[in-house]
Amino acid sequence: MNGSEGIWRDFLRRLLRNPLAVAGGAVILFLFLVAAFPHLFTSQNPDRIDVASILRPPSAAHPLGTDDLGRDVLARMVYGARVSLKVGFIAVGIATVIGLVIGLLAGFHGGRVDAVLMRFVDIMLCFPTFFLILAAIAFLSPSIVIIMAVIGLTGWMGVARLVRAETLSLKERDFVAAARAQGAGTARIVFRHILPNALAPILVAATLGVAGAILTESALSFLGIGVQPPTPSWGNILTTGKNYIAFAWWLSLFPGLAILFTVLGYNLLGEGIRDAVDPRLKGR
Amino acid sequence: MNRPLRRALSQSIVMLLLLAACSGGKPESAGKAAAVPDVPAYGDAVVEGSIGDISGFLSAVTSDAASHEAAGYVFNGLVRYDKDLKLEGVLARSWEVSPDGKKITFHLRRDVKWQDGAPFTSSDVMFTFQRMIDPKTPTAYGDAFKQVKRASAPDPFTFVAEYARPFAPALESWGMDILPKHLLEKYPDISKSPLNKKPVGTGPYRFVEWKTGEKVVFDANPDYFEGKPYIARVITRIIPDQATMFLELLSGGVDTMDLTPPQFARQTDTAEFGKSFNKYKYTAAAFTYLGFRLSHPFFKDKRVRQAIAYAADKKALVDGVLLGLGQEATGPYKPGTWAYNPNVRKYPHDPLHAKALLAEAGWKEKDGVLVKDGRPFEFTVLTNAGNEARAKTAAILQQNLAEVGIRMQIRTVEWAAFINQFIDKRDFEAVILGWTISPDPDQYVIWHSSMTGPKELNFVGFANSEVDKLLEDGRSTFDLEKRKKAYFRIQEILAEEQPYVFLYVPDALPVVQNRIHGIRPAVAGITYNFIKWYVPKALQKYRLEP
Amino acid sequence: MLRYVVRRLMWAVPILVGISLISFLMIHMAPGGPISVGTDLNPKATAETRARLEAYYGLDQPIHVQYWRWLSRMARLDFGASFSPDGRPVAEKIRERIPITLTINVLSMGLIFLVAIPLGVYSAVRKGSLFDRISTVTVFTGFSIPTFWLALLLMILFGVKLRWLPISGIASLDYGSLGAMGKLADRARHLLLPVLLAGFTGLAGMSRYMRSNMLEVIRQDYIASARAKGLPERKVVFRHAMRNAVLPVITILGLSVPDLLGGSVIFETIFSIPGMGQLFYQGVMSRDYPLIMGILTIGAFLTLIGNLLADVGYALADPRIRPE
Repeated sequence: MNGSEGIWRDFLRRLLRNPLAVAGGAVILFLFLVAAFPHLFTSQNPDRIDVASILRPPSAAHPLGTDDLGRDVLARMVYGARVSLKVGFIAVGIATVIGLVIGLLAGFHGGRVDAVLMRFVDIMLCFPTFFLILAAIAFLSPSIVIIMAVIGLTGWMGVARLVRAETLSLKERDFVAAARAQGAGTARIVFRHILPNALAPILVAATLGVAGAILTESALSFLGIGVQPPTPSWGNILTTGKNYIAFAWWLSLFPGLAILFTVLGYNLLGEGIRDAVDPRLKGR
Repeated sequence: MNRPLRRALSQSIVMLLLLAACSGGKPESAGKAAAVPDVPAYGDAVVEGSIGDISGFLSAVTSDAASHEAAGYVFNGLVRYDKDLKLEGVLARSWEVSPDGKKITFHLRRDVKWQDGAPFTSSDVMFTFQRMIDPKTPTAYGDAFKQVKRASAPDPFTFVAEYARPFAPALESWGMDILPKHLLEKYPDISKSPLNKKPVGTGPYRFVEWKTGEKVVFDANPDYFEGKPYIARVITRIIPDQATMFLELLSGGVDTMDLTPPQFARQTDTAEFGKSFNKYKYTAAAFTYLGFRLSHPFFKDKRVRQAIAYAADKKALVDGVLLGLGQEATGPYKPGTWAYNPNVRKYPHDPLHAKALLAEAGWKEKDGVLVKDGRPFEFTVLTNAGNEARAKTAAILQQNLAEVGIRMQIRTVEWAAFINQFIDKRDFEAVILGWTISPDPDQYVIWHSSMTGPKELNFVGFANSEVDKLLEDGRSTFDLEKRKKAYFRIQEILAEEQPYVFLYVPDALPVVQNRIHGIRPAVAGITYNFIKWYVPKALQKYRLEP
Repeated sequence: MLRYVVRRLMWAVPILVGISLISFLMIHMAPGGPISVGTDLNPKATAETRARLEAYYGLDQPIHVQYWRWLSRMARLDFGASFSPDGRPVAEKIRERIPITLTINVLSMGLIFLVAIPLGVYSAVRKGSLFDRISTVTVFTGFSIPTFWLALLLMILFGVKLRWLPISGIASLDYGSLGAMGKLADRARHLLLPVLLAGFTGLAGMSRYMRSNMLEVIRQDYIASARAKGLPERKVVFRHAMRNAVLPVITILGLSVPDLLGGSVIFETIFSIPGMGQLFYQGVMSRDYPLIMGILTIGAFLTLIGNLLADVGYALADPRIRPE
């Protein structure tokens, strides 16, 4: 159990042998580059309104065309990448933390605590998540912070179950008993033994979660309550473009493809991770 | 059916998609008619698209534009607005206002029947009046009727309304749909009556069916007192998405819809499109504005508001948001109407003048941002989510104001939250919103200093005693010249004080499949004469059983 | 068996109460009263009118009173009257809209089953092959694509350019005058795109689960022994492996209900389908509290039923699993 380095190396080797996972990973890496170094990809200001160049098709000056206020689509996509990634990561971060805490509590304490917490998870899982998100954001405000918080607050259940399962199965293992006998505190057991083993499924869940968050943001934009313009997000660029899809094809094609490839990348990577994890550790 | 009146009863929110400016004169059409004998013929159906479903057919108890438009096919009021936005009689063939202005006598038509055959009489008008002031009726439109001191129906074809004081907007209020007493009198709350779902009126079309969320169907009323309409059937299809609706238009699934400026100017400019559709353009009865909370320390000072008016590039707004399909607004009235004052103070785009005014008001520039008493000039403008035009307006204004050193943040909030948390509680700094403009120029509820209570409409807190008096004068006389003077002066004051920066008046941009003839664009738009629209026999698309 | 079912039902009751509590709390924490949309910024309404409407809707009661009223009515499946101007009972409005949403969801679930299972099986059997890779990408594309975007693209292709299919709605304008077969064909043409789209986008979950189950089963000892017995590969795969692998897939049924319902908001909006998703969205935008709570409850209820059916079906199907 403590030969973690060996396990990780095996895991990476298996992952890298999967062309789809590699492709997905490459897409994501590219995206990080774009988000981190926007000036490498565009020199234009994404917010610069140019009333004289409204809805122009791709050209030398504007490689991906302009939008309905004359702003450069490429620039907006580049800066929008940041927004979309930010929403994805923070939302998933929130969900993962909540899920971890609840799963650990439930698995560790067992008994009544476990029953109550899992009942709560069951209740939350019965709600159509998107309905909840929709209602919450409409009632509060479609600000980026609220969107991230709400997506996170409605997406922790899967992680909670996974972590709980891991915790339960590991709790009874010899090495934990041994560690306890040695006087190790709960926190140590959690961080050194339980978490590393639960890491793989959590990673998978997180990867898929980011993908889902990006899609959710675009669905919310479609309904008018996603990230609000003038802040660019792929979801709101796509939504603006949809009304002009019959003639300003660039305004729908590029953000649509961007979302598709990014989410696809995350999904393929997540699946690749799942495939590459030693089935022995899959934990059921 | 009477579009201007319907609009007068609706909220501004619905202007979401009806953005287009109007240019004061007669609207133009762009398209060719087919080369067949252009003879009015009965038959065919017109399919309209509607973003929202209707919520009921009794206009008194609904408040959305879709419901009011649907009701307009089936019901009539005593009066309505004609093609030049002047009041004309419908169920009333004429009326007189007494010399002291306190009594209106309506002479009703004698040849009107309800669609179930019963005769229309003054007792229906009396019944409608009583229900409008009845607390059991959940209506938002009762206030004008509450001003009536006494109503009477001396004979079956005369109705008299007496007011405590002359009340000019009263006439417009009698455009409200008249309800059938014999069918509704046994329902204390008309919103619960079957008529709200299966209406029976006096209007040009009879109700056929309403499949909620799907469609509403009307058939022509052969006994309609103004003559049987040519179009035999009207179908309103509920299509919640603008993009889908446009595709339906292209494929023939709907015959008419309102276009957005980019759709009008770009998407439909092809010869291909022109072969099958006629586009129309006329000044809409709405305006968009930037409103200030007048108690805010920054905006208290008139010079600041005027400076912002100079900084705002209204031409860029018209070009950018409306693609040129509209005009700059200088006040809260529709250009081309009798109450519109074209000679008020204007604020052309002049950043230098703006900066000078701001400097006068004590603002100093520091690193590109204006500062006064240690505070930078930053504020948040609120607007409602999902409204593309307002979002674009905000973005352009943000750029305009940055040029003069003002940092404006934009915050969009979903409509219901917007109204409740911010407007009603007066918890805002500035807003970008719009009003629909009703043909009667009385705007008491928006500008009078008494209308600043919670949930009342003077939410910016405008208080000017001269304007107060002019508002009262304007609504308490029927003399057009006197009213005009009052409203002209009000516009002068508003232009000087700038409680709002008036931004633009859009054009309405309807498009109609060109097999449909008889459309005569006018100041009121194109649908005022819907009962005279027709499709020549050879072009008819929907064959309907007689 | 019966005891199992009863136990599961009893488990469902506190879940339902929890659901009602959570949805009620959520809605009442939300700013924005239900009458706002009708009277706000409407120049023809005044404070008095609004107060009248507020009393009319019963919003002047304290919050626990409102909750108790709601809970006791929910138990009778009486969700009260909608706040919207038509004031119809919420249960009636939901009942009108449920059939079409359920139809589309059931049809797309059926489609998913039909396609996902063979896809998952073959992917597992030929793991790592070109087929596996291509099907993985295809399936995930469906999962990763913004649904309204794909919907519009297909509408343009099939509706505008080719004119093979209608663009939106669930019935043609002359539906009423068609014969029975005509009605069926018309409905089918209208539902084709939505169902295909819903199926395509939902394919991933089921097929990947099928694949991973199949992979696990294939590894098992009894498969190795079947092979050692000399049974043909096909028999090994279909008779033994698949049957065992399919069973857990049934449990996904219940889990997919909330996702399908959630996705229906987008679908029904873009395709102009008058279903429950669209109704929910309208309810949220107009703060129609009874309607929102009614739909959330029904949605959760449907999920519970789905889960229950799935568990029972699984228990019935697998002779090894006999609940105590």
